[in-house]
Amino acid sequence: MDTASFIIQQLINALFLGSIFALIALGYTMVYGIIELINFAHGELFTAGAFIGIIVLAALQKTGFVESHFVITLILVFGMAMAYVAVLGVAIEHVAYKPLRRASRLAAILSALGMSIFLSNGMMLSQGVSDRAYPSILGIEGFSILDARITYGQVFIIVLSLLLMVALQMFVNWTKLGKAMRATAQNQTMARMLGIDIDKTIRVTFMIGPALGAAAGVMVGLYYGSVRFDMGFIYMIKAFAAAILGGIGSIPGAVLGGMIIGGVEVLWSAFLPSEWKDVTTFVVLILVLYLRPSGILGEHVSETRV
Amino acid sequence: MPSSNVKKFIVYSLFMGILILPMVGLPSTGFEITRALLVWGVFVGILAFWLLGKSIRGSDAFQSAAGGLAPFRSRLFDNFTKVPTKIYLCLLLFALAAYPQVANNYMVDVGITCLIYVVLGLGLDIVVGLAGLLDLGYIAFYAVGAYTYSLLNLHFGLSFWSCLPIGIVLGAVCGCIIGYPTLRMRGDYLAIVTMGFGEIIRLVLNNWDKLTKGPNGLLGMAKPAIGYPSFAEGGVKWVSYSLKSLHSLYYLILLIAVLTVIGVGRLNNSRIGRAWIAIREDEVAAELSGVPTTWLKLLAYAMGAAFASVAGAFFASKLSYTNPNFFIFMESCIVLCIVVLGGVGSIPGIVLAGIVLIAVPEVSRELQNYRMLVFGLAMAVMMVLRPEGLIPATRHKRELHETEGETYGE
Repeated sequence: MDTASFIIQQLINALFLGSIFALIALGYTMVYGIIELINFAHGELFTAGAFIGIIVLAALQKTGFVESHFVITLILVFGMAMAYVAVLGVAIEHVAYKPLRRASRLAAILSALGMSIFLSNGMMLSQGVSDRAYPSILGIEGFSILDARITYGQVFIIVLSLLLMVALQMFVNWTKLGKAMRATAQNQTMARMLGIDIDKTIRVTFMIGPALGAAAGVMVGLYYGSVRFDMGFIYMIKAFAAAILGGIGSIPGAVLGGMIIGGVEVLWSAFLPSEWKDVTTFVVLILVLYLRPSGILGEHVSETRV
Repeated sequence: MPSSNVKKFIVYSLFMGILILPMVGLPSTGFEITRALLVWGVFVGILAFWLLGKSIRGSDAFQSAAGGLAPFRSRLFDNFTKVPTKIYLCLLLFALAAYPQVANNYMVDVGITCLIYVVLGLGLDIVVGLAGLLDLGYIAFYAVGAYTYSLLNLHFGLSFWSCLPIGIVLGAVCGCIIGYPTLRMRGDYLAIVTMGFGEIIRLVLNNWDKLTKGPNGLLGMAKPAIGYPSFAEGGVKWVSYSLKSLHSLYYLILLIAVLTVIGVGRLNNSRIGRAWIAIREDEVAAELSGVPTTWLKLLAYAMGAAFASVAGAFFASKLSYTNPNFFIFMESCIVLCIVVLGGVGSIPGIVLAGIVLIAVPEVSRELQNYRMLVFGLAMAVMMVLRPEGLIPATRHKRELHETEGETYGE
């Protein structure tokens, strides 16, 4: 394989991984933007999405629906995973975050962490400790650019995640609810005075963020072919690094950060021992927090927050 | 019960149902609704009980009845407090010391595990409870202690006792390494970064095959030994006695735990402890009052790490085996659960929680499976209902019930 096709191949890999991280990071950034708290359970919601995908897919495969209606299957799998995780997100918000909205920060963080422990162990109990194989419906057909091999599955995943990001951006910028979200993020007290239903806005945020994470979970499952109850942990830290890198609270920032983290990881795996690639992400995270806690596109983060 | 409480209760338990039912009841094979309903029922029951208790306590009838009962209550309380606390402590210590004599080997082993977690919990309490820095990578220091002892013992034949100070120093240094870059961070950022650091240490132990034998772990460390003088044949000779039996190991960890309790208790009431509390309450105000916040925060990490390191060295010598998978993130969560459920900053609470949370799941396999599930949900619910923990520390209770001050979302 010559250099050009090697670069193309790695570029596609980076774009794929980057869009996964970006989708998860969006959930962090949105929730942080609204309530200035990190949703510790986000990694688990991502895994839950992957598992719902597997359940729906397995059920559809038994009936032979997948072969006859491929597009509808994909819509169903993504739709149900996202819908279920959105409900789960609202439930978490109601149980763990809402009663603590005026409590100390430590209490809120601990409660979120408790939820994360609960969800990850719940998934371990209900879905088993071992890897579960994902039905491979995307196939291995693809096309070649020079010598680089690109499957249709990769293209589909990258296009879908870009579509979701564009849709989110449009939602936040152009709809009334999106405007309410931006107002709440800027100044909650003022937003409340102007008649914005804060509770509703927060609920919507807790629906959209986890739903995007769930979509990323299904994508990871479809692409790598297996899911595990604790896979959310590592994705969570990487996506968090992406959100911080891009500037937490900023939606384009999360996308940019995700792409950068994905690129770094792919570059590292291509040239250096891949068992150390997780360490690099942590090092990037710590360096960013130390050198520029507000991130690339973030606004100034006040001293007390960081 | 006021109607607003009822409504809150119904909504809260409904949402909890959404969370619990699929998580517990939807295994890969089918749908086990009874199991899920059972877990849900337990939580809803606790919630109902608590709300009922709260509304009864708030009602007028109860207030007047309590007023009538007040003299009795205070007399009963006086009778308890007349006996000095030291006597209760002596009784407790005696019970703990007598425990291996009445329990079987398995129960002694569980006792050892409990005491290890008590030491870890108290060490973490220095960081979380006193200094108010949330550390999610605490188990890494435990790993540092365990690996320090293992490597030094295997390669240089150093004894447990000479490794202990080295382990403490190394643990403290690691604490500072983690503490230094995070000095400016607070709250959730700090939590994630310490989580990342904990994972880095685990990954290094896992990937550095040459030194740590990777996931296979290290095997064959010596047990701790104590020397005693023997006067048998004329002059004095030092004989070393290896603490091989579970009983002797139990007494060793009991000693470590008692020293930890004393140490943390003294720290709590010392000048340093008060400075930590000042930092936890308001860092800027503490700094302005002349508290050297940078040094004290590093010291908190170092102290907490030192205790974990001692526990780790003991753990490695007890098993004669370590491997990186002992030090996963979930272990940090267990230690944090002990601190949070026991009561942040409260020594009796943490000791009790350490013993209860580790010993109870040992009773049955079924309980063990549900352990972290229940701990996690209990942690979330506890923060909502009773953030100060089971046995609250008086100072901390006030802080957590404050409505003003540092709130989020404003």
